[in-house]
Amino acid sequence: MKTDELVTLLSTNLEPVDRRSIARTIYFALGAGSIVALGLSLVGLGVRADLTTAHAFMFLVMKLAFAFGIVGLALVYLTKLARPGGERKTPSFLVIMPFLVIVVLAAISLALAPSSHWEKMIVGDQWLECLISIPIIAIVPFAISMWVVRRAAPTDLARAGAFAGLAAGGVSAMAYALHCTDDSLPFIAVWYGGTIVLCTLAGAALGPRLLRW
Amino acid sequence: MTIDETGLKSLMLAGLDGDAASHRALLGQLSGRLRAYYRGKLARIGRGAVEAEDLVQEAILAIHLKRHTYDPAEPLTPWVHAIARYKLIDFLRRTRTSVADVPIDEADNIAAHDDNVDAESTFDVRRLMERLPKNMRCSIEAVKLDGLSIAEAAKRCGISEPGVKMSIHRGLKTLAAMIARETQA
Repeated sequence: MKTDELVTLLSTNLEPVDRRSIARTIYFALGAGSIVALGLSLVGLGVRADLTTAHAFMFLVMKLAFAFGIVGLALVYLTKLARPGGERKTPSFLVIMPFLVIVVLAAISLALAPSSHWEKMIVGDQWLECLISIPIIAIVPFAISMWVVRRAAPTDLARAGAFAGLAAGGVSAMAYALHCTDDSLPFIAVWYGGTIVLCTLAGAALGPRLLRW
Repeated sequence: MTIDETGLKSLMLAGLDGDAASHRALLGQLSGRLRAYYRGKLARIGRGAVEAEDLVQEAILAIHLKRHTYDPAEPLTPWVHAIARYKLIDFLRRTRTSVADVPIDEADNIAAHDDNVDAESTFDVRRLMERLPKNMRCSIEAVKLDGLSIAEAAKRCGISEPGVKMSIHRGLKTLAAMIARETQA
């Protein structure tokens, strides 16, 4: 078949295209992923009982702000990286900002506390639950994000996968925060930050396999 | 040797709005540039013009099917180049040639002369289409080959108008996948 015939075939009765569909689909996917993650966290783990206290509420807000910052940045980059050539001119180092902020805050809070408290502040009561829950809750948001990103045709699969993992990890951390009763900045930095990084690495590793189009 | 970014971009934008003539002109011009690009790349690893033509058609199909991913705020050339390069790497992986054998260069090198418009690829779309499910085949034949309107196609194929549109979209995607499989050496 001649290429010219193919061109004719493709141009006959052409339909207009919705140019904003990529960003909208990705936002929608993350929204749907958040609902699933919230549901899983609420049903599977339950909201923390002491949420009415100011202290608990303040830490919930802090955890949510950290996770929101990550999801927001991840979304901005993901809508670029999902497109062919989107990796061009998209330096993504800004994405370490939320991590940097939380690590600095954690360091300050450790410096202000007596060293006998450090272990408790870092390890908390439920580090293992956090380490397991965030990646598990992230699975569905991750699957949905990868599916929509793949349909958009990324050309840097590892990076697009990494950002899908980052967004899913952030969404999952938001959902898990409603349950988590470990209230210390070092805990958030190590276990929230660490598991989100883990989700990102998993996304980068799976991207080249799952995002091929 | 410079690619006409402004001209191609305006064709692309008109095509996105549904202007068939612009879309046709765009794909026509791009196929010439892609041909030169792929022939240059494949010649270096001792592959022939037929394989280059397969790749041109794969890239043209991808450009058509993925045109909703083009962000009008960005220049068109890098977007086209990213697709062309992705398809090349995909092809080399399928045909088990080390990517390291092929120098991949920067965005502006797609621009080149088109010398042989009559080249044919190894596959025949009409033959491939026989393998499509009935609704997809009927819709593509009616609308894309015979030039019927969506409404006429819906009547001919016995499905709804949205059904025709969806069948065309899915059918072209399936065809693209078949072509990719077909060109596995």
